[in-house]
Amino acid sequence: MTAVVLAEGLKKEYPGHKAVDGIDFEIRQGECFGILGPNGAGKSTTLRMVIGLTDLDGGSLELFGQPMYPEHPTLAKKIGVVPQEDNLDPDLSVGENLLVYGRYFGLADREVKAKMDELLLFAQLEDRKDAMVRELSGGMMRRLMIARSLVASPDLIVLDEPTTGLDPQARHLIWQRLRALREKGVTLLLTTHYMEEAAQLCDRLLILNRGQILDQGSPTALISRHVEPEVVEVRGDGELEILQESSHLPGRVERVGDTTFFYSNDAHVILDFFRDRHDLTCLLRPANLEDVFLKLTGRELKD
Amino acid sequence: MINNIGKLLGRYLPKKGFVQVWRRHFLVWSKSAVTSLMGTLGEPFLYLLGMGYGLGRFVGEIENVDYLVYLTSGILAASSMNTATFEALYGGFTRMTRQNTFNAMLATPLRVVDVVAGEVAWGATKALISGIAIYLVGNILGSIPSPGAFLVLPVVFLSGVVFTSMALVVVAIAPNYDFFLYYFTLFTTPMFLFCGVFYPVDSLPQAVQLVANMLPLAHVVAIIRPLTIGLPLDDLFFHLSALCAYAALTFFIAVQLLKKRLIV
Ligand SMILES: Nc1ncnc2c1ncn2[C@@H]1O[C@H](COP(=O)(O)OP(=O)(O)OP(=O)(O)O)[C@@H](O)[C@H]1O
Ligand SMILES: [Mg+2]
Repeated sequence: MTAVVLAEGLKKEYPGHKAVDGIDFEIRQGECFGILGPNGAGKSTTLRMVIGLTDLDGGSLELFGQPMYPEHPTLAKKIGVVPQEDNLDPDLSVGENLLVYGRYFGLADREVKAKMDELLLFAQLEDRKDAMVRELSGGMMRRLMIARSLVASPDLIVLDEPTTGLDPQARHLIWQRLRALREKGVTLLLTTHYMEEAAQLCDRLLILNRGQILDQGSPTALISRHVEPEVVEVRGDGELEILQESSHLPGRVERVGDTTFFYSNDAHVILDFFRDRHDLTCLLRPANLEDVFLKLTGRELKD
Repeated sequence: MINNIGKLLGRYLPKKGFVQVWRRHFLVWSKSAVTSLMGTLGEPFLYLLGMGYGLGRFVGEIENVDYLVYLTSGILAASSMNTATFEALYGGFTRMTRQNTFNAMLATPLRVVDVVAGEVAWGATKALISGIAIYLVGNILGSIPSPGAFLVLPVVFLSGVVFTSMALVVVAIAPNYDFFLYYFTLFTTPMFLFCGVFYPVDSLPQAVQLVANMLPLAHVVAIIRPLTIGLPLDDLFFHLSALCAYAALTFFIAVQLLKKRLIV
């Protein structure tokens, strides 16, 4: 079966630096593919190439087995886009946004109107059809953008940070909607800063840093490949000496801010070691994607 | 062969999707049509009253026609320029930058050329709306004597196409709204003052005449004036061709520049 997206050696250069520096990936039919990466890693640039809003400076890109380039109406027809910044039409109401967007895809008004209720329900905006866009909350706008991207029944939906800036309820609602889409066989490509989101939604992930791929694979594969299964987080006043005292302990030690992380295959040794230190707080948890992300991209601020 | 030419042309010509861009603008406009009409009508109406009656008393006649009649044809032409220019500059630039509307459109099967064609069609429509309004006012004031004067309306539309396309070139390179002042100072205001809106171009020094007559507004005035007064049309084909050339050239440039700006 042909891949929905096939990218080989994808490159994009802006004056003075390489935003995307030769990346390969393949997205299969019906999967949810995530791109993780710190600010400025090149996530949006990669998505913009996929949807034809920017041209490649190198490499090749195929969608549904056809070469993709900007201004490609037949491929654009199959893609739904949810951009990072809000670009709903502020001069139009919620319903008109859907109607007018559908017209851009060449849909007849009656086709969009037949779908309208379903889309509004999907976005939980049933009673906001006549509201102007600027009256909506951030979460509603994002839901409307997702609903809008569905208007022409796309085979691939590309979402750039679909839940950034939303509260937990809004985020969970969007996750549920995206899962429902995947269940229907729609292929999803999304970027996110939230590890939990990536773990919850994505079948496979690509970790991007400074335009290059650090690794890709399923969330569980990434975790087992890069970090020990268990983590003990130690926090407290006497914590400065911990590092010296604990140097003989098995596993890997990392410090972030006031917390020391012990990555280990057998966390009980570590917990035992700190048993009598009542001045410290110890927390045992399984390793997660965030640990992988921090290990691979480093702990300093990115931009 | 023919197929290849068709493909090549297809890249530079809009597809029917541009109509949907026009319809979007029309839908937005129709929500505030009354206010918007006040704006479109107000200024030309004031020019007609203020200058036509005020100045007209001293001028009397120009080229054997009453000054109000002379001025009405000039204002018809000028207002098509101003309406189209304002719509493209302020409306177009806002849609491109603040509202991200162009970006939203380009994430659909629409291409830059379709978006630009939609803008141009809309700018020309607004020019036409203002043209119709002035045409009606002129008839009420009795300053459009020729019964065939309704033929100015397609010319007003063409003029709108020209001036929207020109203004979109400016939109494509403008860093911000202040930049438009250069365009007003260097292009539209000189055309407003020197291209025969208020007095004949012949009364200017020879060298200035030469330049003024080449500018698009002079061609618009040259067609509209005889049509409203009911005089024979000289060089109609020449003036129309000049306008079409201006439109085609600036449309093409606007599309290329906007591609550079939007697909980055
Ligand atoms: N149009 C542009 N011109 C110049 N540089 C650009 C342009 N677009 C992006 N860049 C640069 O390319 C790099 C990657 O940007 P990109 O927007 O793809 O990052 P990102 O991973 O989406 O970041 P974020 O998480 O902050 O959204 C950044 O350094 C950015 O400054
Ligand atoms: Mg981004």
